[in-house]
Amino acid sequence: MRKAADRDPEFALPIPARLHEYGDVQSINDDPRLSAAPAVAARGRLRARPRVRTWVLMAPAVGLLAIWMIVPLGLTIWYSLQGYNLLYPPQGFVGLDNYEYLLTDPGLPVVIWNTIVLVVAACVVTIILGTLIAVLFDQPFYGRAIARLLVVAPFLVMPTVSALVWKNLLMHPVYGLFAWINRWLGLTPIDWFADYPMVAIIIIVAWEWTPFVALILLTSLQSLDRDLVEAARMDGAGPIANFAFITLPHLARPIVIVVMLETIFFLAIYAEILVTTVGGPGLATTNLPFSIYSRALLAFDVGGASAGGILAIVLATVVTFFFVRAVARQL
Amino acid sequence: MRERIAWVLARTALGWLVAGVMAFPVFWMALAAFKTELDAIASPPLLFFTPTLENFAEMQQRVDYLAHAWNSIVVAFGSTILAVLIAAPAAYSMAFFPTRRTRSVLLWMLSTKFMPSVGVLVPIYLLLIRAGLLDTRTGLLLITLLANLPLVVWMLYSYFKEVPPEILEAARMDGARPLQQLRFVLLPLAAPGVASTALLAVILSWNESFWCINVTAVNAGTLAVAIASFSNPEGLFWAKLSAASLASVAPIMVFGWLTQRQLVRGLTFGAVK
Repeated sequence: MRKAADRDPEFALPIPARLHEYGDVQSINDDPRLSAAPAVAARGRLRARPRVRTWVLMAPAVGLLAIWMIVPLGLTIWYSLQGYNLLYPPQGFVGLDNYEYLLTDPGLPVVIWNTIVLVVAACVVTIILGTLIAVLFDQPFYGRAIARLLVVAPFLVMPTVSALVWKNLLMHPVYGLFAWINRWLGLTPIDWFADYPMVAIIIIVAWEWTPFVALILLTSLQSLDRDLVEAARMDGAGPIANFAFITLPHLARPIVIVVMLETIFFLAIYAEILVTTVGGPGLATTNLPFSIYSRALLAFDVGGASAGGILAIVLATVVTFFFVRAVARQL
Repeated sequence: MRERIAWVLARTALGWLVAGVMAFPVFWMALAAFKTELDAIASPPLLFFTPTLENFAEMQQRVDYLAHAWNSIVVAFGSTILAVLIAAPAAYSMAFFPTRRTRSVLLWMLSTKFMPSVGVLVPIYLLLIRAGLLDTRTGLLLITLLANLPLVVWMLYSYFKEVPPEILEAARMDGARPLQQLRFVLLPLAAPGVASTALLAVILSWNESFWCINVTAVNAGTLAVAIASFSNPEGLFWAKLSAASLASVAPIMVFGWLTQRQLVRGLTFGAVK
């Protein structure tokens, strides 16, 4: 039977051998390792006895995920070093040629810029709107439960549907609802996807993801200490001061989480672009995923697309690293 | 302290205004689904019209809705059932027999979820061709399963942690083996959590668009693929597009409404509770 320390790292931390290392009596009482020790030992005994071969239970999930991660990643790296276009005979190993080609491509700065604009703009818009909606829906009003269902709705619509509904029914320059509203107001209808394609895509993405932010922040607001708000109001804090000094600080952590999650998701936006602008006009709405897609499945350039894929993985890994650290703190 | 009624009314108006604006595109789409093609592009736009069910019959002819819906159902439910079956033992083991590595394994699983699909599109595509799985339900089901597995493990783990270990201990005393404890004690006890985990996995795979667009077409295409085919500008089929969209979105929206709170817990990996 293994020791309790094997299962509980907290328990394994060295406890000061001599009393004077604590300095004073109070800090002995405060040492969580001492007060927790009997409980940990009891729990450890309870859980250790069955002698379960945990690796048998873990193996399917861990094995599948390991294959899912390592094989495609390894192959992407391998292909990115090959001169491999499905239309031509393979050229074999070409070293870093694909990367050189990728990084010197005059289109790359545009593509990276588009990716960043999309991520940053969509994040800013969804977080501002999501915070306001969360604060509004945190207060009671008539029919709030039903109104909340309506607000959540956009998040549950599949991306191809949202994009096509916005593109056709709403933003179409001739038959769309917005065009009609503009004409009714005596203005010229806007041809969204020709003149402001990136703005149009940001609007669609923001509409899809604002409910996500609102839901998360609303959940977080419900854990806000009501007494604190009440006390602040007693002390004469108005609604604005309340929002700035109590609500916002409380939301800071969930907002950071949301920023990281949204960055990871927005770095991968694809369907919305495919069914609306197909990356155009020109390169105006081509982001990194879309440029990799067109290189791979339209130009059949396996090597070049793989090099682009590695770039995308590197970008996402940086953000994921910070997110995983934030989650680890909660675990 | 009682609030002035005027404030509540003002909030009610504002709240419903926001709700109306957010839901409007969905409402407008639902309306168009019952219009004729001519009514759908009428100017000024029609709020009142004679509803028709013709679009639902015609969308079947144009994009073969039922075949795509069947693909979506098979992939979403098949991958979810498999994911729960594979994830449950792992989550059980991590929740009740944690080792020093449990934490790292959980975090590693989380990080695989965030590997950008587009980064591994090329090798997966080529592997599917070689295995003869391109444009098959099996191929898409496998990918969806792997994409959702980390999330399912995480959610099950967090729900299993809430079950007191003493109950499993009692079952063990009665001679239940680990898998029997899982099957007959833990799963029934954590049933609501398991259900919302499964619901979330179904929603995510139903709405998944990247992989289904890229690795399936006419044979195994899901509803997301069927809708995407309307992006070809071969004419204004807005009423049919709307009908197909409504029929694709409605079932999953009910699921989503049922599981709002779990949605947050699952999608943030417990970082926001």
